[in-house]
Amino acid sequence: MLGPYTYCTWLVCSVLEAGVVVCAIKAGAFRRYLPLNLWMLLELLSGLSRFYVLHSYGLKSKEYSYFYYYSEALATIALYFALSSLYAHVLEELKVESYVRMGAVLLLVGTAIFSYSIVRQSADRMTTRFVVEMSQNLYFVGLVLTYLLWGAILKLRETRTRLIQFVLSLGVLFSLFAANYALRNLYPDLRWLWGSLPQLFDCFLPLAWCYTFLRIPEEARIAPARLAVAPR
Amino acid sequence: MMAGIILVCSVVLFLQFFVFYCRSLIAVSAKQALSPEVQEVTGIQRTASGDDFQRVMQLLQLCPERREDRNGIQAIGLYFRLLNLLHATVARLVPSMNSWTEAERGQCTYFAAVALERRISFSRDMLAQQMDA
Repeated sequence: MLGPYTYCTWLVCSVLEAGVVVCAIKAGAFRRYLPLNLWMLLELLSGLSRFYVLHSYGLKSKEYSYFYYYSEALATIALYFALSSLYAHVLEELKVESYVRMGAVLLLVGTAIFSYSIVRQSADRMTTRFVVEMSQNLYFVGLVLTYLLWGAILKLRETRTRLIQFVLSLGVLFSLFAANYALRNLYPDLRWLWGSLPQLFDCFLPLAWCYTFLRIPEEARIAPARLAVAPR
Repeated sequence: MMAGIILVCSVVLFLQFFVFYCRSLIAVSAKQALSPEVQEVTGIQRTASGDDFQRVMQLLQLCPERREDRNGIQAIGLYFRLLNLLHATVARLVPSMNSWTEAERGQCTYFAAVALERRISFSRDMLAQQMDA
């Protein structure tokens, strides 16, 4: 049986995810940021389906376990493509959309092959381990890609405040997840702690994106170089 | 070994993204002018001081909370604490860091004052709606 903390974060997260889509529609930005909104809808759908599977088969069932890991992997892949759509936004003037798409697919395949090479020795439950390993690796790849995207924003002097806030909040999320996975491997005894933090992290992104859609108009501009000013 | 490297990279990048994210929130609010009554309540005219942050936050907590503001206010509260830590440690040794943290703390206060302004007008709208009903 899951505890009140899990149920509570689950509910809050689902409400916030629905909130992002509502805010995007309200701000007239649903189609403009379609991949981000689709990812939010997928997260919402996966959360609700997990709840259904949990109640139909139980927490310790094989069905729930498989559904959990596969939906998590699917959501991570979708998030990865949402990130590549932000690349397309930032690089839209360079007309390299097809290259970005191709690069994203190649990197995804590369990450999958790398993850397979790590788990291929384990004969038992290899598929589940592969899915978990790939999700972990994709978070780290996502973090590196977000950092590169931030570099591109600074270099190309991208000024759209909404876009900048999407990228920065995504960077915060990826780095939190990557740190959590690393800590899980370094201190496996505290698995209960590292297992409960991601649910909290999951609430951050929908909250940040709700704020961005509601508070920041599409025409708002900011000089990103100002954000990166260090004291001299 | 690999997990250690990933952890260090993630923490460094997290701090960087977090600081930039907070500064982007602050930069948006810095463009908004405060109304005369909020200026009077907070004592902030054009520039704010970091020492007033707690006072403005207390005023902010007196107003009904708005869900869409909560995330930004919490993030800036965390950023302010991080700046306080820097102000009390590294900034004592590096003078340029001292003036930078002071300016940033002031910007955090201004952000809180802008949030206060929004909450006051939100409360006023709610009251007006109730009166109409």
